[in-house]
Amino acid sequence: MEYRIEISPLPEWKDARAEKIKNQIRNFLKLDIADVKTRDVYTMSAGISQAQAETAAREIANPVLQKGIVGETRFNESNACDWLVRVGFRQGVTDNVGRSAHEAIGDIVGRKLRDDEYVFSSVEYMLSDAWLDRKKVEHIAKDLLANELIENVSIFSKADLLKNPIPLELPIVRESGGGNVKEIDLEVSDGELLDISKKGILALTLEEMKAIQDYFRRAEGRENFKLGKKPTDVELEVLAQTWSEHCKHKIFSAEIDYEDEKGNIENIKSCFDTYIKKSTREISKKIDWLVSVFHDNAGVISFNDKLDLVYKVETHNSPSALDPYGGAMTGIVGVNRDPMGTGLGANLLINVWGYCLGSPFTDEKDVPEGLFHPRRLRDNIHRGVIDGGNQSGIPYGAGWEYFDERYLGKPLVYCGTVGLLPRKIGKNKGFEKSIKPGDLIVMSGGRIGKDGIHGATFSSEELHKDSPNQAVQIGDPITQKKMGDFIYEARDKSLYRFVTDNGAGGLSSSIGEMCTYSGGCRMDLKKAPLKYAGLDPWEILVSEAQERMSFAVPPENIEEFKKLAESRDVEVTVLGEFTDTGKFHMLYGEKTVALLDIEFMHDGLPQLKLKAKWVPPKHKDPAFKGRNIKDDVVSLLGRLNICSNEFKSRQYDHEVKGLSVIKPFAGICRDVTSDATVTMAEPLGKEGIILSYGILPRYSDIDTYHMMASIIDLCIRRIIAVGGKPEHIAGLDNFCWPDPVKSEKTPDGEYKLAQLVRANKALYDYTKAFGVPCISGKDSMKNDSTRGGRKISIPPTVLFSAISRMDDVSKAVTLDVKRPGDSVYVIGQTRKELGGSEYFAMMGAVGCHVPVVDASLAMVTYKAVSEITQNNLASSLHTPAIGGLAGAFAKKAMAGRLGLEIDIDKIPCESGMSPEEILFSESNSRFVMTIKPENEKSVEKILKGLSFAKIGFVISKQELILNSVVACSQASISMTEMIKSYKSTLDGI
Amino acid sequence: MDYSKVKVLIITGFGLNCEKETAAAFSSCGATPEQIHLNDILNGGRSLDEFHILAFIGGFSFGDHLGAGTIFANRIKFRMRDELQKFVASGKLVIGICNGFQTLSRLGLVPALDGHFFEQQAALAHNDSGLFRDDWVYLKANPDSPCVFTKGIDLIRMPIRHGEGKFVAREKEIARIEEKNLVALRYANSDGSVATEFPANPNGSINSIAAICDESGRIFGLMPHPEAFLSPFNDPDWTKKKSEDRLPADGEGKIVFRNAVKFAAKNLF
Repeated sequence: MEYRIEISPLPEWKDARAEKIKNQIRNFLKLDIADVKTRDVYTMSAGISQAQAETAAREIANPVLQKGIVGETRFNESNACDWLVRVGFRQGVTDNVGRSAHEAIGDIVGRKLRDDEYVFSSVEYMLSDAWLDRKKVEHIAKDLLANELIENVSIFSKADLLKNPIPLELPIVRESGGGNVKEIDLEVSDGELLDISKKGILALTLEEMKAIQDYFRRAEGRENFKLGKKPTDVELEVLAQTWSEHCKHKIFSAEIDYEDEKGNIENIKSCFDTYIKKSTREISKKIDWLVSVFHDNAGVISFNDKLDLVYKVETHNSPSALDPYGGAMTGIVGVNRDPMGTGLGANLLINVWGYCLGSPFTDEKDVPEGLFHPRRLRDNIHRGVIDGGNQSGIPYGAGWEYFDERYLGKPLVYCGTVGLLPRKIGKNKGFEKSIKPGDLIVMSGGRIGKDGIHGATFSSEELHKDSPNQAVQIGDPITQKKMGDFIYEARDKSLYRFVTDNGAGGLSSSIGEMCTYSGGCRMDLKKAPLKYAGLDPWEILVSEAQERMSFAVPPENIEEFKKLAESRDVEVTVLGEFTDTGKFHMLYGEKTVALLDIEFMHDGLPQLKLKAKWVPPKHKDPAFKGRNIKDDVVSLLGRLNICSNEFKSRQYDHEVKGLSVIKPFAGICRDVTSDATVTMAEPLGKEGIILSYGILPRYSDIDTYHMMASIIDLCIRRIIAVGGKPEHIAGLDNFCWPDPVKSEKTPDGEYKLAQLVRANKALYDYTKAFGVPCISGKDSMKNDSTRGGRKISIPPTVLFSAISRMDDVSKAVTLDVKRPGDSVYVIGQTRKELGGSEYFAMMGAVGCHVPVVDASLAMVTYKAVSEITQNNLASSLHTPAIGGLAGAFAKKAMAGRLGLEIDIDKIPCESGMSPEEILFSESNSRFVMTIKPENEKSVEKILKGLSFAKIGFVISKQELILNSVVACSQASISMTEMIKSYKSTLDGI
Repeated sequence: MDYSKVKVLIITGFGLNCEKETAAAFSSCGATPEQIHLNDILNGGRSLDEFHILAFIGGFSFGDHLGAGTIFANRIKFRMRDELQKFVASGKLVIGICNGFQTLSRLGLVPALDGHFFEQQAALAHNDSGLFRDDWVYLKANPDSPCVFTKGIDLIRMPIRHGEGKFVAREKEIARIEEKNLVALRYANSDGSVATEFPANPNGSINSIAAICDESGRIFGLMPHPEAFLSPFNDPDWTKKKSEDRLPADGEGKIVFRNAVKFAAKNLF
């Protein structure tokens, strides 16, 4: 029987969802609408009686708040809305609420509903206003209420509603067949080879297609499995996925001839090996806390006798551009599976997020055709990560946003997760995993559909108008949470030998990787559990349907493994076994559909050879005279890259698990961004984890070398600023670049590649100098968009993330000034380095002197400052970043809701600097500290030999006073003005 | 007194996620908590009879789909109602925190006016803002409440983290809840006055209600998270307190659990 269950809010209560929609219609679409109402609808096809359906409607509805009925509340002239918009999912799109309703109705009717009984969720919006017509309703529906890529929209007018009932919509996938395998003839011209790659969204180059052609000419033993000389579509898809930029990092592995500004040419074998890996390798000789780097799903460092720390940060840019909510949710829920699949499986502890976006205030006409307005994009990206993170019960430990109009074409969505890995699990080391021939291939979690097919190859392409909609997956945090809970139980019983996640490339990638441990695999794709019929073997293999993990389970444990899974409502399926035949062997039933040499799969990819040429860009410092310091400070605080994003941030849980010590927002009103966060490893624990990040894309406009140096320094000094020490810090590098390969579309490819090389050179130089090894990283290399004849490329962007161990969380420090009378100190030299600064950006200029880093001097400073915090001598501590000292003074004052009186002339700086230059330069490696007067002697003794000065006092007057006698300049900014500017830009947005 | 004989059942699974800190809360008060998956109780492997305190913890059971607490409460109501009824009738303690409070309200275990258990009389609706919010709030305890868990509390601070925490009931029920002093905690300002405005009242709850109990005071539901304030270093103001030499040894939230464990040890053996 088919039913419609309708759940409506009772009229006596406020409909918060309707209010929110009303506000969004006003804010996003600039339309004022008189009335909005909403209701939830569940449509189902199930073998239950009318009476059972009615019980279900009654039990689902909250009797205090809602009314639940079977059928439809019919409208009449007096109660009808003007328009009704129904939004439901398209066929085959993950419907998490529908799936929960399926379970809930099962509980109510007393039996589990079967797979061929369906429940779908949808929402009906009832809009009323005189000015509404079909066109305007369509605009509201498509540009706000629904994303047509994944959702179906139906619109009904008042006349429709009065005449006919709303048709019951059941988006059941009615596919049949499937299981088809095609052979592909590669004995064709070069042009046709490229055509095959392009049409199949394989993202393979001609050289790569030729390497594949050559492999199949010489492949042996295929006839034994009834395969011909031609590759099957399964084989081609596996290779395309394994060799994708996303999985193989072809540009980071490319051989590059780099020409510097003097014409010297250097041959680089691979940026990854030459710079990133080499630095870590060299540092590893001097430290003993690196546990597992680069080869597993996430990097691992030691924490204490019982636990290791696991950390990974990913980007999920392309899917988030197409379906910001689902894409971003998949970003966070997906990166959760990295620690979960590292070693024998780490428990998830802290999430981080960060987004590079176009301004939410961008004029509608500047938004490229077919892309979301950045405000809507931002809203949905936040919502996706909020829902994903909150529902998984993981607090966030760092969250940020960076705005630049060059992210209009493609947003960058960074999501990361810290995990805790037990050092010992049973008899095994937590970080070690192994597979023996004969172990069973087991998949757990969600079922496979067409979702996310070609995600890996697609993310390696630039966005174009026909980007496939199946490239978007929607995460389901609850299915994953259930699976995670199950995995930790199975782990602690040592039921499996190996676990990894199914991310980009799906089973093809996870089993492709895993089989290198045993030396082969044989797997039957027909055994894989499907969401619906009609999938071909290649689709099953490369689908990126979410919430799945792959295991190697010894045959003697399989029954217990399956039993445990069943008792936790987790689906697990044995798909085959690991072998030592050297082959990646895929079957569909009895029939072999792929037979590839593992060696060729992983090492057959021809190395890319590229050219890079560095020509330093020419910018001029802007001339500035007669500016008003007070006005500048106030406007700077309200700038998008400095102002508070508390409104959005508070929608993320940061207190769950009860471990938060230094929170993302600090100060007596909890409303000023902290330098870094400190989290206890365990409830009531003494040891903590410090997380910090650095991102300064604007510096790339001058030189990516100094951009990279500055973000590494920023990360480290932020750790020092919350009471950390310069030892035991590990780094993560996430590169997002515009396409750096010279081509017709990218004539400046050699310059962009030189920018990449220079960033890598700095990464080597500075991670080594600071002794901060990179333990994991990721790159995303095609962040361009061409639409409506306009190409937008992102600025070369690196997110550097750092993680550090803290022995004793009671030593942590916050930035808020604590009491009037405390002395204010500046530590570190201020130089005339305003290139790339927010101050210059405010004037519309770039400038030429980008901040540089003197690592050895910085290291001495960091050791001294950490000695101060270890001895509990600092009342408050903060490190300037974007906005320089002026921003730092203001933030410290606002956080403590106390004033500061600062003598600019005393700030240690290069000679000949104006007050503006001193206040707004973004020189690295500096701190602003307040201390009790009685601690001055001890502090100055520790700082001896360094560049530092006492420059003022904390005052009870609610003002930031900035004086320079030398320059005859005095500025006094009231607390109210500062707070208003800092908090209003993104308040409610 | 030996509190370790006080056994606490912490039900886990299906998207609940505060099991570890809730267990730490009870064990730091000397009790013996166990984290048990709901299925292991439904399948008869474990029984409520073994325990003295039952904790419905925070999290997102079933993703809050169909309304927070709805699916979890229905599963319990349709599959283990008798066992739960017996547990309550035997004078044992129940605490529901956040998602647990939402579940208790859906089950009708609080306020259960006139002893009408399993009849829903109050609800936790969407916050007035329509948004999830994470913040710290002050809470003022009602000294006249029979609530076992809030004894000795005057003004206390805890984090809130929810999207559906606005306490509502029909006027008639609100009046009786107030009359019987079933309100245990109200959102307050830092000076202890009752908070009527956002953000001190973070969700628009009627009468600023943050926590209620049943008429016996033994069943307690609250939106804020006492288990997330076990350590003094959880306090958002701890660095300021430290610099003024007034940092206490314990987090403020512990008292809620200590009250429960003490009560159980005294009355249930």
